[in-house]
Amino acid sequence: MPEPGAPSTLEAVGVTAGYGGVDVVREVSLRFDVGSLTAVVGPSGCGKSTLLRCLNRMHETLDRAHVRGAVRLDGEDLYAPTATPLAARRAVGMVLQQPTPFPTMSIRDNVAAGFAGRGGSRPRGTEADGIVEEALQRAALWHEVRDRLGRSPLSLSGGQQQRLCIARALATGARVLLLDEPTAALDPRSAAAIEELLYDLSRRTTIVLVTHNLQQAARVSTDTAFLLDGRLVEAGPTSAFFTSPRDARTEAYVTGRPVAPA
Amino acid sequence: MTAVLAAGAVLTMLPLVLVLGYLSWKGLPGLRPTLFLELPVPVGEPGGGLANAFAGSALLVVMALGLGLPVGLLAGLHLAERPGTRLSVTVRYVADVLNGTPSIVIGIAAWAAVVRPMQRFSALAGAAALATILLPLIARTTEEMVRIMPPSLREAALALGYTEWRTALRVIGPAALPGITTGVVVAIARIAGETAPLLFTAFGNPFWSLAPTEPIAAVPLQVYTYALSPYETWQRQAWAAALVLVLTVGGLTFVGRSIAAKRGRRA
Repeated sequence: MPEPGAPSTLEAVGVTAGYGGVDVVREVSLRFDVGSLTAVVGPSGCGKSTLLRCLNRMHETLDRAHVRGAVRLDGEDLYAPTATPLAARRAVGMVLQQPTPFPTMSIRDNVAAGFAGRGGSRPRGTEADGIVEEALQRAALWHEVRDRLGRSPLSLSGGQQQRLCIARALATGARVLLLDEPTAALDPRSAAAIEELLYDLSRRTTIVLVTHNLQQAARVSTDTAFLLDGRLVEAGPTSAFFTSPRDARTEAYVTGRPVAPA
Repeated sequence: MTAVLAAGAVLTMLPLVLVLGYLSWKGLPGLRPTLFLELPVPVGEPGGGLANAFAGSALLVVMALGLGLPVGLLAGLHLAERPGTRLSVTVRYVADVLNGTPSIVIGIAAWAAVVRPMQRFSALAGAAALATILLPLIARTTEEMVRIMPPSLREAALALGYTEWRTALRVIGPAALPGITTGVVVAIARIAGETAPLLFTAFGNPFWSLAPTEPIAAVPLQVYTYALSPYETWQRQAWAAALVLVLTVGGLTFVGRSIAAKRGRRA
């Protein structure tokens, strides 16, 4: 198994998922290569968030949820009988739409919370400080918070809080980063800073970005996947996706015309 | 319109002002250090205080907290984490009924459940009755305070690979703690002044006793006994003790409120 934090390949194989017996994601197979930043786009309710939440086994935390298929991280199925959801979530980090710093912890402890869940073997002391600093450096937040690590994260702006959450996810040693519309709750300048950060991060980390913002997908992603009604319509390099889509529905979606359901 | 509403607001405060005023007038003369430091003396002897009752009330509250707090917190966490299960719906309903049950009925229940099998009145029985009043208050407050936490906070912790337990104890619990503390302090204020559930459980005791299996004195019980007595010295002590009781409840409520207000400012 590669080092924690080393970029990895993530692959969804025939993933079907939903709630209460109704499928929201149907038979989706999709590969996320080392060092790629894949944007998953599609209209509201197309299942893109559900697909994302299957990739780190968060979907199953919801009531009456079901998942079938396999999700392979460097070839190992996260849904194998011997695999645990906790291990999957530590290997595949996630950042939510709303910035979610833990309000009762300091900025430093928020980042350290990324590896605190590991129990007895977790880093301590200077080793922990090193990991916190590195994660904050990678999240492009270190210079803004280095002299107030002991302060409350609620003193940070929304964009800084979101970068703090990215740092926390990186501190887990995650090999893949999942982001669910991470800029939807932010002002344009903070959103631009996050986009720039994701672009830089993707060189070292495999990233999957769910977004409803096609311009954002075009700006930052290397690959784009289009979901409609729970099914994968088309996936490929972003440049080809926007300039010469193979499927008529993709073309309709990227040009802003109504898309007929599958 | 404004005048009518203001009149209603003032009328709401009037009973408390009257109670405090009358209690101060009657109670302040008897309010002296000996009230807290000395034990009751027989009628006719000078001096004496209610030290046993104040200590007894404190012990009853602490024991009730020991019994009711852990169960209430866990029940509240369960109600918040699994709101829709049949167990939760039942527990919530029972808690609400319990909350509305007259406290004398809870006293009778504690008498049947604890006093009869033990064949004696005891501090334990009194604490059990008070814990029964405490339980629904704490469970419901905990549930409310945990439920107003944004769901994304729980998601974020789980997404880091936290267990449900760790998520509840390290992230959700601490964030909800100020609100829960307020609820607990207000609940303590509520049970500190309860009399009816103690009548045939803790029973009261004119002597110094902190033994859990013996009858124990409590301020409300002592006020009840002394106020009904024909002796002027006892009545004066009852007024003073009643004043202390109201001030304690008022103080606790104020503390609870200010914890909540501090939390409101920070969020």
